[in-house]
Amino acid sequence: MMAACDNVASGSGKTMFFAEGALSNPLGPYRRMGLPLNVLLLSSIVKILIIAHLLLIGVMAMIWAERRISGWMQDRLGPNRVGFQGLLQPIADGIKFLLKEDLIPNHVDKPLYVLAPAMLLIPAMLTIAVVPFGGSIEIAGHTIPLQIADINIGILYILAITSLGVYGVVLGAWASNNKYSLLGGLRSSAQMISYELTLGLAIIGVLMLTVVEQGGSALSLREIAKSQGKNLWNWNFLIHFPAFLAFTTAMFAETNRLPFDLAEAEQELVAGYHTEYSSMKFAMFFMAEYMNMIVGSAVTVTLFLGGWHFFGLENVGGPILSGLISFGIFFAKTAIFLFVFIWVRWTLPRFRYDQLMNLGWKFLLPVALSSIVVTGFLWVTTDGNKLLIGIGNVVAAFIVISVVGGLLVMNKPPEVSTPEIAGLDTLESEGSS
Amino acid sequence: MEFTLKTLIFYGFALLTVASGIVVVTVRNIVHAAFSLMVTLFGVAGLYVFLQADFLAATQVIVYVGGILVLILFGVMMTSGRLEMRIHIERGQLLLGAVVAIALLMLLLAVIANTPQWKNVADDGTQLQPTTESIGTLILNGQFLLPFEVVSVLLLVALIGAALISRKEVRE
Amino acid sequence: MLELEYYLILSALLFTTGVIGVLVRRNAIIIFMCIELMLNAANLAFVAISRSLGQTEGQVFVFFVMTVAAAEVAIGLAIIVSVFKHRQTINVDEVNSLKG
Repeated sequence: MMAACDNVASGSGKTMFFAEGALSNPLGPYRRMGLPLNVLLLSSIVKILIIAHLLLIGVMAMIWAERRISGWMQDRLGPNRVGFQGLLQPIADGIKFLLKEDLIPNHVDKPLYVLAPAMLLIPAMLTIAVVPFGGSIEIAGHTIPLQIADINIGILYILAITSLGVYGVVLGAWASNNKYSLLGGLRSSAQMISYELTLGLAIIGVLMLTVVEQGGSALSLREIAKSQGKNLWNWNFLIHFPAFLAFTTAMFAETNRLPFDLAEAEQELVAGYHTEYSSMKFAMFFMAEYMNMIVGSAVTVTLFLGGWHFFGLENVGGPILSGLISFGIFFAKTAIFLFVFIWVRWTLPRFRYDQLMNLGWKFLLPVALSSIVVTGFLWVTTDGNKLLIGIGNVVAAFIVISVVGGLLVMNKPPEVSTPEIAGLDTLESEGSS
Repeated sequence: MEFTLKTLIFYGFALLTVASGIVVVTVRNIVHAAFSLMVTLFGVAGLYVFLQADFLAATQVIVYVGGILVLILFGVMMTSGRLEMRIHIERGQLLLGAVVAIALLMLLLAVIANTPQWKNVADDGTQLQPTTESIGTLILNGQFLLPFEVVSVLLLVALIGAALISRKEVRE
Repeated sequence: MLELEYYLILSALLFTTGVIGVLVRRNAIIIFMCIELMLNAANLAFVAISRSLGQTEGQVFVFFVMTVAAAEVAIGLAIIVSVFKHRQTINVDEVNSLKG
């Protein structure tokens, strides 16, 4: 061991055990993107600061937008008193949350109760790190990609971090020591596990095509966005339309938004897992939900809606302007997708628990699986004709849905059966009947 | 012992992993144990990144933290009411278990210390190569294809078995 | 510097922790968690050795171990939950008769 140390000191590093790399490049697994280390560090810090703040501002803007748009959809005004058109309303709300007494009820499990909101908020913020929010900007001779970390397992990272969100809900629910909270937490954990599968499987078709086109590191989100750059027909949602729908639906479920917000269904569970929370802790749950929406939209845009590409508009202008334009395109696409979130909220009623499980396991999962099989099969047999793959995917999804639907109708149990969800029914009797 | 950023990070993760592992074993509250296990699994994932196994690190978080542990938490909430969450440990059992375990630890350490092949294997000093591709190639294109298929059948069997066991009994 | 031994020692410590848990705790779910600890310790050793040999085969093994762990948890929890339904307890010392 001493010998090893000596070798390091003398710089040869040959007998040193692991990863020479980790010393010469402390960022280890991150790609250096062809930049000198100091430029990489500086640009990363700047990007992190900008994106983190944009995310927080985005949450505020989203809260305002949601309330105003909801008002518009329901033919009422929404908040319009604080500041121009009510724009300062989120700030007023924030101040209210901050100034409220930070109440910790006596009967809660204190450490987990305090930790839970952060457990939900942190994953929501972490995910954005691997999402490419634009092309690249050229400053002082360095081409800086508009992405915080282009890691070569980008998609897996997103799936991994997304799967952490459930802890905030479950632990918060349990720590609250309240039956409504616990029911909400149980529902939420089952829901999130179920829909995570769809979320992961729906991406695989996209990955397969990107791998054969780009080669190598197709798990990097930047490569996936780049592969959709040529024209509209390369946007993945056209090629993988059923997978896109399945992914979006699963995304709604993961963010606990309205058609799937059983974890906090007001009419049944008071407020579900955050019943016992107030002041800033409640605000953190609240922020996490909106942050999840924003990040979810950004990921969907990257994976399926062409990322920062828009008919070559992203190439207009000089090295700096084009980067800014590409960021603008990405931003606009994300904003449009966020509008869809609100739109869906006031369009679809909440699912019942057994309906939710049926949708996830019996429809979305088979559709996502069929998308994988069909994409692979058609890629080989038709020599990579994307039009045929797109059509084949839609046809396959139709077949799968009609077969499953037909089976469900044929095997429908005779009238008035309580939903049978393994083990849950005893606990769920209030909620789902 | 030279302290570089690298060793510091390693010891940080190692401490995190072992300490939270000990908490899993000793803490009385099941949910706290589960939470602590999450920290352990995270620490192991961090060590995987450190060992340049990027794919496995992500898989560890997805499968263990995001899947298995959530299932376990789910099980905790299904089986234990809020009030009986605390469980006691018998002293005698603790003593006996500790003795056996420490004997085992000694054995393992002795094996590690006495196996010369595990020392001084030269590292080729290569930078990180994405492991995803090589793992995929090994599984689907090489000697691990059969185990892979067997494991997938195992998963299917487990899925069906679990559904069958936990199904509500149909009373005619 | 960091040699393979460090990872193996860490792995041994983690494994022992898991063993203590299985031997001492009587709650079935905690025993489950401790088994996961042991599996993780083994996985860590696999990855460390695979890294030191510069081969990926060890990582493939870890991949399989994770799959088996997932299957194990699914079945095990199903059994635990149904035991709880019948007996109202998941203390492994109290579940000691074959009669249902």
